[in-house]
Formats: sequence, C-alpha cells, structure tokens
Amino acid sequence: MCGISGILKLTGGRVDRNQLGRMIATLSHRGPDASAVHVATAIGLAHARLSIIDLEGGAQPMSTIDGRLWITFNGEIFNYIEIREELSRKGHRFATRSDTEVILNAYREYGEDCVHHFNGQWAFAIWDTEAQKLVLSRDRFGVRPLFYTRTPDSLLFASEIKALLTCPQVPAEIDLEALDQIFTFWVTLPPRTAFKNIFQVPPGCSIIVQNGEVSVRPYWSVSYPGTESNDADEQPLAEELLHLLEEATRIRLRSDVPVGAYLSGGLDSTITTALMRKIANDRVRSFSITFADAEFDEQCYQDEASTFLGTQHQNIRCSSADIARIFPQVIWHTEQPVIRTAPAPLFLLSGLVRENGFKVVLTGEGADEVLGGYDIFKEAKIRNFLARSPESRWRPLLLRRLYPYMGNIQRQPAAYLEHFFRVTAKDFASPFFSHLPRWELTAKLKSLFSAEVREATGSYAGTREIEDTLPPPYWSWSYFRRAEYLEAKYLLPGYILSCQGDRMSMAHSVEGRHPFLDHRVVEFAAKLPSNVKMKVLDQKHLLKRAFDGLIPESIVRRPKQPYRAPDGKCFFGAAAVDYAQELLSPDCIRKNGIFEPQAVTSLVTKFRNGRANSVKDNMAMIGVLSTQLLVHQFITQRSQEYMYADTRY
Amino acid sequence: MPTRDIEREVHSFVISNFLFDQSVDLEPDDSLLDKGLIDSTGVIELVDFLEERYAIKVEDDEVIPANLDSVRNVAKYVDRKLTRVA
Repeated sequence: MCGISGILKLTGGRVDRNQLGRMIATLSHRGPDASAVHVATAIGLAHARLSIIDLEGGAQPMSTIDGRLWITFNGEIFNYIEIREELSRKGHRFATRSDTEVILNAYREYGEDCVHHFNGQWAFAIWDTEAQKLVLSRDRFGVRPLFYTRTPDSLLFASEIKALLTCPQVPAEIDLEALDQIFTFWVTLPPRTAFKNIFQVPPGCSIIVQNGEVSVRPYWSVSYPGTESNDADEQPLAEELLHLLEEATRIRLRSDVPVGAYLSGGLDSTITTALMRKIANDRVRSFSITFADAEFDEQCYQDEASTFLGTQHQNIRCSSADIARIFPQVIWHTEQPVIRTAPAPLFLLSGLVRENGFKVVLTGEGADEVLGGYDIFKEAKIRNFLARSPESRWRPLLLRRLYPYMGNIQRQPAAYLEHFFRVTAKDFASPFFSHLPRWELTAKLKSLFSAEVREATGSYAGTREIEDTLPPPYWSWSYFRRAEYLEAKYLLPGYILSCQGDRMSMAHSVEGRHPFLDHRVVEFAAKLPSNVKMKVLDQKHLLKRAFDGLIPESIVRRPKQPYRAPDGKCFFGAAAVDYAQELLSPDCIRKNGIFEPQAVTSLVTKFRNGRANSVKDNMAMIGVLSTQLLVHQFITQRSQEYMYADTRY
Repeated sequence: MPTRDIEREVHSFVISNFLFDQSVDLEPDDSLLDKGLIDSTGVIELVDFLEERYAIKVEDDEVIPANLDSVRNVAKYVDRKLTRVA
C-alpha cells in the first residue's frame, strides 16, 4: 500500500520535478518506507512506498524491462501469482517478484482490459511511452483512492487531494453542489469531490488521457438478476459462500510482512478472523476499539470472539475527549465533511496496529452491503410490508424491531414512529424508496446553509443526478436489490471504504484488506435471492448459516449493532476543545460563509445546554464542525509552498 | 396562564430547538411533522419541555399528533391539562 502522484503535461514542456516532489512528500504517511520520482519530459510519476510484497525488488515507479511502460501503483493484486504464471506461459519476462510488474506485463498483454484479470484493490497510473497514453485505473469498489485535476497546461493525479493542492495552479475551493450531496447522501457522487474541479476516478473505471483528451471508461459495476427465486436450497449456497470466502481470504494473506486482523465483536470481522486462523494455521494478532461509553462498547463480544479463536488480542479505549482531540487530524485525512465522528476511533485503531509493528490487517468491510446486513434493508422491508396493507393495526408494531440499539428511537411514541417511517404512494413509486427516510432526514441539515450557499445550489437536486446515471436493469430490480445497489455504489466507496477505511488506516501507514469485497464473492452474492440474504428480518441469514459452528454461537445470535461512536457531545461540556469553540463562533461561521451564523449559534446553545439528543442535531453539529475544519485546513491555512496538518487544529 | 402566552412560549421553543433556519415562517397551525421540524426523536424533546415548563405529566396515550402536531394544538393541550390540574 502506498501513495502515488503524477503530472502529465498536455501542451508540451517538461514536468517540474520539484512540484512532483512536493506532491509525493504530502503522502509520506501512505508510504513511509521509500520515495522516488521518475520524470521523462512530459510525464512525471512519483511513489511513496509501504513495502509489503517483494521488499527488495518492488521499488516504484517501475518500468517494463524494455522501458516502454512505466507505472506508479497503490494497492494489491492478490491473484498476481496466478496471472504471472499465465503471462510467463505467454512469453513475458519478469525482473522482480512484485505484483507491480505483473500489472505492467498484464497491460502489455491485454491492454486496458487487463483490469478484468485482476482480483484486488488498486489505484495505478500507467504511462505508455510509445502510444503517449496515460491510463489511470481504480479497483471495482473504490477501496483505493485516486484523484485528478486539470490546470491550463497539465493533468495532475494523486492518492489524496492534499497532494494536488500543493500545486499553486490548483485552486482550493469548496464545491457547493458537492456539499449539497454530502448533506443529503453523506457522500459526493463520483466523479465529484468536496473540492471544485478536483475529481475522483470513479470505482470500477479507468481514465484514458491521450492527445489532450480525457475519457472515462467504466469496466465493472455490480448488477443483479431481474427476477428472484423463492425456493432456493440454502445448504449448497451456504457451502459455496464459505468456499468463496476461504479463497478470498487465502489470497488476501499473501504478504511478505505479518498480517493482523480487526476484530470488532461483530459477525463479519469474527468470520474473517476465523478464516485467517484456519488458513494461516497460526495464532492471529487481533485489534479492536472499546468505548468508555457503554452505549457504543462491544468489548464483551470482542473478548468472546478472541477467546474462541485463540487470538492474541489488543484493544484501545476511545473516550469522547479522544474524539474531540483527534477530530482535526481525522478531517485532514478524510478531505471531506462528514456527519458522523465514526472515522475518529478507527484513526486511533490504525495507530494501535502500527505501534504493534503491523502494516496489514484483514477487516470485515463489505459484508453488510453484499449479504443483506444493513438496517436500511430491514427498514425498507418493513416499510414495504406496511405499505402493502396501510390499514393494518398490527403491522406498524414491527417498527419497534428497527434500531433496537437506539434508545431515543425506541422511546418514541408509536404515532410518531409510524409517521417517520410512513410510506406515501409517492414514496412507494420512488426509485429510491429504501433510502428516502435517510436522505430526507439528512437533507434537513441543509437549512443550516447560508443564504448565499442556498442561492448557489438553489435548483440543484442530487437525486436527479443519481436517477440519470442508474443502469437500465435498475428499473427491473426489487426494492431490496435497489437498496443494495445504492449502498454499494455510493455509501460504500464514498464513506465506508474511504472516510472510515483507507483514509483512517493509511493515516498510520496500515493497509486494510477486505475478503468480503473479493469480486467473486460480490458477484455470487448479487445473484442470491433477497430472502436468502435476509430471511424474514434475519440479517445476513445465509452468511450465519455458512459459518454455523465455526464462530461463537453468541456472535451469530447477538442483535446487530452497527459500528457507531459518540457524536456532537464530544465537543462540549467537560471535553470542550478550544478549536471547536473558535470554528463554531459566529465570526468564523460568517467568515467562511457556508452556514448561517444564527442557526449555528442556536445549535451550539442547544449542545451547551445539554438538550441536543436527536440524530439530526448530532449530524448537524458534526457536519458543520467538519466543514469548518476542512475550510480552515485546506483553504484558509493553505500555503502555496507546502501543506501540513495544522498541529493545533 | 393564558393560552396565547403558552402558544408564544411553545413557538419560541420550537423555533430555537428544531428550526435551524430561522427565516422560515412558522404559523400556529403548521404541522410540525409535515414541515420536518420534529424529527424521529424530536417529540421526546417537546414532551420534556412541556413537562418541565408547565409542571404537567404527559401520558403515553396523549403523545399523538392531534395534541402535539402544531403550536396551536400544543398550546390548547397544555391549557386543557393545566385547567384539569387546577
């Protein structure tokens, strides 16, 4: 796992080596082991290395033996051994044992279609000196980040936005429509980022730059069958799922450095840890977060899983004060506003992993999205059930089965619960039926925007933008499959794998690997009938069946508790931090111009008085504070010479 | 306390607690649910406020939109409760 960057001159001239050096220097946290640049007139590639495979021979930027192709690569191609054998049979020669060289030769053999052969998580740039062509590519799910921008004479790309902003010609400006998206969907819609004119390579896409033209070429997207079978035989499906996950884990243990495991106490990471133990046949080192606040803590399940699997386990305790203390660093790495503090404890966790000498961890990400785990799927199922018989007196009672871990929702009177999760005829007909409650609730935060921002985003509707890009088969999918698609397409890459994933682990030079996101697992899961993934209201039903007896019974039976962290209250009361008070002050709010000072003051007062308890208040506070931090760190404090994380905030 | 004063206090509470955007008009008969002012947990805050400010006990079966879904209805409901206590 590494950091990459590069510059392509589009109108002649030579790449500025110093500029390239400044870009890669900002990414040293992603690759602290080595750093190098390659400049050849119009192209410059740079690499910051975290050595994991072929420690001696894998230095980058790397070229083919004949020097025709050059690459800078961040990530892993887990099936590189098999591809290498295949390419060797076809006559390709290799000078190293690295997966990087396998990409180069696969590109030489298959061209841009080489990505179809890869099983992995990657962001790479290949420069073809003969064709004078640059190929930027990102893995199917967006595990690894890749951003780009254009200046009048160049195209610049990098693993993180902060590297692009070292270039004086790249303006640092918040994209207000992207902000509108985050305050609705929690994420920006690719290729947008939070910054104007800075784009991400969308997951499952390659970008080709040749003769000054930039074209985006999608090569993969999750898809589902249009019909569902109701009489699937579960046992063979469970066996196949187990086999696929074993295989996905086996190739994800390929590494020349030790691999650890995140063990949250939930089903998914217990499964990945169990598979790891079985395959590696060794004592696993596992790591977890515990919370001082019992509402969020899962230590008892972590201990149970660790004992059952015989792991050597270490945890780090996270308090509200910790979250307030590290939140500026968290936003420095997310590079976008967030409406939850949940990335912060993961920042601490990767620090613990790194302190213990580990560079690689296996995690359970992806299981909820592809195997029917999320509460939003259950919510959609219940709402769909209610809508089919609106007059029913007993069906609304099922709403109490939603979010059992959220006390303030459980205390809500029935009439209000029903209203919040109500289904109108319009909702029922909406292509976004499953996501309307979440998106509508989040969109209420936009009332905090200043008059100027509201005027600028006036007629913009993010849902229209999503609707315009839906694949044609979407309209034939059930509401359940549509919900899965929306989660996998937007929240997974835009928040789970980035804000909570890559950006938090790579802040401490730790690479996460995700067996559930092996494309063979995802493609298999996409074909499963919905009622096998969630049987009645039993989330991840088939996964539980596949691992029956292989993990503790208590972990299989426990009620689902999504990973959450203390939110807005972290920044007030005993844990109050100076930077938050300053950034939330009317003067600072007015100066940045994004939010309405009076509205933010009302919100702050509510928190100071201890009266802010709702989901909306918490999301609003974190949304405002993280946006203010982003503006402060990336715009107000921007230095044209260099960018550093402000050590104070 | 006159109903009009209760209405003014409830209006002020709703504005400062639920309405980030203070330029939005809130009429006495506006539905707090339909206007999106009371979110999934907001009614609990409203009940807390009423019990504390007017020293009344809001029974579970009284937490229904007919009583609490507009500033005017809330004021009438509180007025009824206070009259009953008196």
